[in-house]
This record gives sequence, structure tokens and C-alpha cells, in this order.
Amino acid sequence: MPDFTLFTGSGFWNPIFWFVSIIVALILIYIIYASGEKGYKRGTEQVKPFISGNPEPAKRGVQISAGNLYWGYMDSLRVYYRNLIPLHTGIITDYLLWMFCVTAILLILVVIP
Amino acid sequence: MITDFVIKNAPILVVAIPLIGAFLCPLVARISPMWRKTWVLGVVTVTSLIAILLASIVLTQGTVIYVFGASTSNLTVPIDSGGIPIRIIFTVDAMSAAMEVIMAMIGFSVILYSMSADQERSSLEQYYTLFLLLICSVMGMVTTGDLFNFFVFLEISSMASAGLVAYRVEKGRAIEAAIKYFIVSTIAAIFFLFAIAILYGQYNALNIAMLAQRLQFTLIDKIALILIVMALSTKCGAVPMHFWTPDAYSLAPSSVTAMLVVVSLASLYALFRFVFTMYGLTLSYVTIGWVLITLGVLSMVIGVTMAIPQKDVQRLIAYQGISQIGYMLLGMGVGLAVLGNPAQLSSFGIIAMEGGIFHIINHAIYEGLLFLTAGSIIYRIGTRDLDKMGGLGHSMKYTMIFFMIGVLAIAGVPPFNGFASKLLIYESVYLFNPVLAIIALVVSILTLASFVKVFHSIFMGPRLLEYAGVREAPLPMLIGMGILAVLIVVFGFFPQVVVNTIVAPAAQALVNQGGYLSVILGGR
Repeated sequence: MPDFTLFTGSGFWNPIFWFVSIIVALILIYIIYASGEKGYKRGTEQVKPFISGNPEPAKRGVQISAGNLYWGYMDSLRVYYRNLIPLHTGIITDYLLWMFCVTAILLILVVIP
Repeated sequence: MITDFVIKNAPILVVAIPLIGAFLCPLVARISPMWRKTWVLGVVTVTSLIAILLASIVLTQGTVIYVFGASTSNLTVPIDSGGIPIRIIFTVDAMSAAMEVIMAMIGFSVILYSMSADQERSSLEQYYTLFLLLICSVMGMVTTGDLFNFFVFLEISSMASAGLVAYRVEKGRAIEAAIKYFIVSTIAAIFFLFAIAILYGQYNALNIAMLAQRLQFTLIDKIALILIVMALSTKCGAVPMHFWTPDAYSLAPSSVTAMLVVVSLASLYALFRFVFTMYGLTLSYVTIGWVLITLGVLSMVIGVTMAIPQKDVQRLIAYQGISQIGYMLLGMGVGLAVLGNPAQLSSFGIIAMEGGIFHIINHAIYEGLLFLTAGSIIYRIGTRDLDKMGGLGHSMKYTMIFFMIGVLAIAGVPPFNGFASKLLIYESVYLFNPVLAIIALVVSILTLASFVKVFHSIFMGPRLLEYAGVREAPLPMLIGMGILAVLIVVFGFFPQVVVNTIVAPAAQALVNQGGYLSVILGGR
């Protein structure tokens, strides 16, 4: 019987507990699903969204794209990103400059003491 | 007879078979595409089987050495050589055996995937020649015990990688990315060559064990160390030498990108090998340990924060890869910083190193899976732009499940493999410095957040009109992804087995410099 428990030096972890939790969650999901509306039929009027009587917009129009996500996060960290993103210039000489600068810093740190 | 030959020559066969396979590939491809496919798949299958055999020998019998041109494969120091191991020696200890098995498994999965993903492209014989050369080079990088021989494999990997990055021309942009990759790699290789020249000039030796025995950590040894650290940190894409990574990873075919991850990890392996095994306690381990920790924290934070605003799926995964490299540097850096303190080393240092090594293995698997799933989506819909995707969960259900497994693993969500290695890193690093552990935890949360965006953008939402005809990825691609997904789940459910069998012996092999020396130099 393989040992499931991982010892971390200051604690342990056993994935079986998590596995059992996932199984319990799946059972609960199934119970909720099974107690749903029995008369549901795919491809009928039932599945059309009701938007206060307004016509349904095009699917692409309601899709939330990647660019619209996390704008609040980006906005609150705009100063950080304003400084970070321009460093990624895509210019090869800049890449090498970073490499040489870090080499120089490490040489000072290690060689001088 | 054949079995004896394979067992005796396994260390060289894992390098020689893909090398010979690569050069014969254009010849075999002239017969028919089916022969080419069978040949390439056969070569990686045999290489994988020998890598597994070699690992089992190492785990049962200890470190395996192979001396080129010697009358017996373990005659490391010839009688008339003045006590110097003059021949090239391949050294396979637990650490290198573990790396070989993982690289072989990923190479096999990626080749299988590539059979479908790249079948419509032209010049496939050159493509697979470079692919097999890449496998040969990474196998050589983790096996060789000779500095100059390592440099040769490093150069082979750079040339093969650059050729593969440029393979999909993409209106010249892939060629630009390949040129950038090649220039950065070449400068890094020159740094490494300077370090070799310094060490050879001073100690008249290129063998790692011999150098480890003779190193005195003089001024120029320190310069050589920094050149080695910089060369290999650049090759593995640590911040702030990471700029080439998103360029190359986003424009290469996905199967190539998955292998580029393996090349990065081979460089990281080499960095740890040189720092621990060659320099060991002679270097100022606290300073170099903190250098690795600083590079690790920078990589974790800048990698993940740069990933969040990305809209190109492969570029986003590339930045996440940089972030994950940071965890490995952090774990190994903590191990190095306490290397001279036996109490701290046994209390948490060795666990941090185990976490770092385990994360290298895990990262190779889940990052490879993420690139393959992204590749299968691009293969079906023809765009990498997340803003143009959506609703693909309706038509690519298996790809979605594989992607979800990869995402949960990279974010360190239990019970997947990424969680097990990150847990080892969190708990051990917390004992060293709680602030570093908190940073690592926050980075994991941001990783999950960025992948929630990716998952939503690709798979969620209504079925879009323009993707109405999209079908699931072809079967060979699904099998390639499936192998990696199964490995993630298995490693996640049996972490202690992996730690006991692969990771802990690998960590001990790095810490036990004397053991490495005694095997090569005969206990002198």
C-alpha cells in the first residue's frame, strides 16, 4: 500500500482528505442537479435568456473578454505597471544590458568582501 | 547479450540514441512520412526506456559512471594520467537520473503531440532532426561530469532551440524571436566559456569532481562562479535576464515551447550542480544563497505580475513559467544559504532543497501540459489572442479538463503535484524567513487569479458563432496531453513516494559533495 502522506518537516499533508472532500462535493452537486426542473429540454424556447423583454444580443456581444477582466487590479497598480511594462522593450541590446549590469552587481557583491 | 550491453552503456545511450536518430532522420524521412514518424517515435521511446532503466540502476546500485575510451567504463583515473581524470566522464547520480526520466517522459509526450499538431507543416525532417538534437543536448547537460563537455551540450541546445523557435516563420516575428534567443544564449555561453578558461587555467582540470577537490575560492574562482551563475540564470530565464523568454515561448510552436521549458530546467539543474557539487562549502554560501533567493523572489513577483495583463495565451504562460522558476531558486537558495549550518540544514534547509527539486520536476510536467493545451486551442481556432477566444468549453471538453488540471497544478491547488512541492517550499522557507514564505503564497494566489482570467476567456461563455465548427483536438494530441495530466495527478496523490524515490536522493546527492568526489576520484 503506497504511503499518501507527505511529511514537510514541520507538518504533513495527505491528499486523501482532499480527495474525499472532492467526492463529497461532487455528490452534493449531483443531488442539487438531480433535484432541478425535470421538464427542461435543450434547443427549445426554455433555454433562451429573458432580458426584460429586450431582444437577445449577439453571443460575441455578451462574452466578457480577457481585456475586460481585472481592470480594478490594473488600475490600482497603475504606477507599478507604468514603470514595469516599459522595461520590456523587446530590444536585444536592452536584454544584454540587464545581463551585464546584474553581472557587475554580483561581481561587486561576491568579489569585494 | 543485448541487455548486458544496454545496462553497461546506458549513460551514453540516452545521449547517443537521440543524436544518431537526429542525423539519420532526414535520410529515413526520404522513404515516406510514415517512416519518419515511426523513426522519431521509436527513437524517443527507446531513449525513454533506457532513461527509466538507468534511473532504476542508480536507485538500486548508487551513482553510475561512464568513462569514454577507457578499457573499463568505470576507470575514472588512468594509471599513467598523474592522478587526473583526463577522459570525459558521464556521471549519473540520483539527481541527474531523476532529470533524465522526466525529460524523456516529456520528450515522448511532446513528440506524440507534435505528430498531429505539426503534420501540416513543411520541412518536418529538419524539424524533427532539431527536436531530437534538443533531447540529446538536455540529456547530455544533466549527465556529463566534464565542464567543457557541458559547454558543448549547452551550445547544441541553443542552436537546436533557436532553429525550432524560428520554425514557424509568422511573418518574420518568429525569426526575430529566434535571433534574440540565439544572441542571448550565445552571450551566456561565452560567459560560461570564460569561466571554464579561468578554472582550467588555474587548476589544469575540466572534470567537475577534480575541480571540486582543488577549488580554493580565490579571486578569479569567484569571478568564474559569477560567470557560471549568470550564464545559467540567463538560460533558465530568471528575472532580470528573462526578457528573451516570452518572445521565444510565444512564437515557437507549442510542442517546441514545452521542450524549451525542459531546456530551461536543465540549465537550472546545472546551476545547482555547479554551485553545490563543484563549489560546495568553499564558496561564500550565504552570499550566493541570498543571490539565488533574490533572483527567485524577483522572478516570482515580476513573472506573475507581468502575466496578469497579457492577452497572448502563450506569452502569459511564459511569464508564469518565469514566476515558477522563482520558486525553485528560492528553495535551492535557502538550502545553499544554510549549507554550512548542519542544524539548520537538517531542520529546514534540506526540505527547502527537496521542495525546489520536486518543483523542477513538477514544473516540467504542468508547464509542458499548459503549453500543449494552449497549442491545441491555437491549432483549432488559429489565434493566440485571449480577447478573440471564448466558449470553447462546449467543443473542446477534454482539452478544457487537461488545461484545468495544469492550471490547478501550477497554482498549487491540492491535490495536484504543484501543491506538494510548494508546500515543502512554504513550510521550510517560513522557518528561514517568514516574509519570503508570505511572498511565495501571495504569488501563488496571483497565479491562480491570472489563470482564472485565461480559463474564463478561453472556455467559458456561450458558444460563439465563429467557433461553431470547432472540434476537439486530434487523438495523438490528446494522448500527449493525457500522459502529462496523469503524471500530475499521480505525483499529486503520491508525493511522499516521489520524494522518497527521486527527490530526497537527489537533494542528498547535491549536499553530499564528498560522496560525488569519492565515486569519481576513488575516495582520494
